[in-house]
Amino acid sequence: MEYLIDSTRYILMGCTVTLKLFFITLILSLPLGFICAMGKASSWRTVRVLMDSYTSVVRGTPLLLQIFFVYYGLPIIIPGLRLERFNAAALTFILNYGAYFTEIFRSGIQSIDRGQYEASRVLGMSYTQTMIRIVLPQTIKRVLPTIANEAITLVKDTALIVVLGIGDILRNSKEIVARDFTISPFVIAALIYLGMNYLLVLFFNRMEKRYSVYE
Amino acid sequence: MSDMIHIRGLKKSFGSLEVLKGVDMTVRKGEIISIIGPSGSGKSTLLRTLIHLEKASDGEIIIEGEATLTQSGEHISESQIRQRCRKLGMVFQNFNLFPHKTALENVMEAPLTVLKKDKSEAIRIAEELLAKVGLSDKRDSYPYYLSGGQKQRVAIARALAMAPDIMLFDEPTSALDPELIGEVLSVIKDLASEHMTMLIVTHEMTFAREVSDKVVFMDEGRILEMAPPEKIFSDPDHPRIKTFLDKML
Repeated sequence: MEYLIDSTRYILMGCTVTLKLFFITLILSLPLGFICAMGKASSWRTVRVLMDSYTSVVRGTPLLLQIFFVYYGLPIIIPGLRLERFNAAALTFILNYGAYFTEIFRSGIQSIDRGQYEASRVLGMSYTQTMIRIVLPQTIKRVLPTIANEAITLVKDTALIVVLGIGDILRNSKEIVARDFTISPFVIAALIYLGMNYLLVLFFNRMEKRYSVYE
Repeated sequence: MSDMIHIRGLKKSFGSLEVLKGVDMTVRKGEIISIIGPSGSGKSTLLRTLIHLEKASDGEIIIEGEATLTQSGEHISESQIRQRCRKLGMVFQNFNLFPHKTALENVMEAPLTVLKKDKSEAIRIAEELLAKVGLSDKRDSYPYYLSGGQKQRVAIARALAMAPDIMLFDEPTSALDPELIGEVLSVIKDLASEHMTMLIVTHEMTFAREVSDKVVFMDEGRILEMAPPEKIFSDPDHPRIKTFLDKML
């Protein structure tokens, strides 16, 4: 029993890294996604092409490969640019999830009725005011279930950073497995991920309820 | 300067389809003008072009002495156009209320964001206008929970919140159940009694006859006749108008 508690405590230490990566990614990639989605809707062709290439490249290649590329590849392309391991991972995750959120927001924005833009315009609101005060809140409501899905995937994707040797939940449990020849740490790790996602689902359910007041 | 709106040679095409084929019109202060005519005749497009929801292909628009479109091709910046169009308020057939905001918040939105009023002032304006359209008790309701007639009255209050000099109504009762039309028309009549300048695209002939100073009959992108309602409804110059009215009444 004591052994299990000790193992759990050690694995939980990895939680800090996992949670840090999770929150940094979510907090920065959501606005990134919204801005890029607006870029996709822009009448400026260059911006649209740029955004299209961003989302196709990022969504079309494995996240693991992108992590390798940013950590090992960038310093070769731009000498002197060696990111610290966690920063490299965080940057990759933000860009990766930003691309998915771009597409999610794009479809959300497109689903907003044209009449909303027209009503805002005849009231004298600027494009930015319309996007932030009228379009964004309605878009969030519509894309919330999809965002919840992505957030759950993100919790699990954070485990990929073991490849850079960062001490997250998975890496810490792997260490114990290798040391003691027991698989119980993997079960513990699984339960922790499960618990985190359970909380996440609760959170998003509450959000959906809050946003459902108006219809 | 009592000319509120001055339109000359206004043209609008969607692709190869010419919807407005040169419209001339002058609206004086306090005038109530109903625009009638068969569907597809360009009535709505005229209003939408006037308030720059559609970009005109050609012509001239002057609102209270300030041009928003010139024939000389003189450039008027987007922000200038927006500024000058503020004198116009518009009400849509489909209301286009903001679904995520309550009735009160819908009316407050423009005073807050466009006129930069502070919140208490915006609330005061919005409460006053909701009272005016008889919806004080619905201030905290979201549009989803309002009937069509109530939605349209909120939409009218929302447009009035910008204190426009001229109100444009684009078929304000066409999306309503027959029993709800009356409440919206009575709000518009109230505005008429306050001498608000109004352009109303409508299919409600009795209403047009009763409330308007002038009636405009449009057909195939042109104004066929513009005259007082008594003349249009009993003795129009054009046989086309008579045929149309016989079908409507």
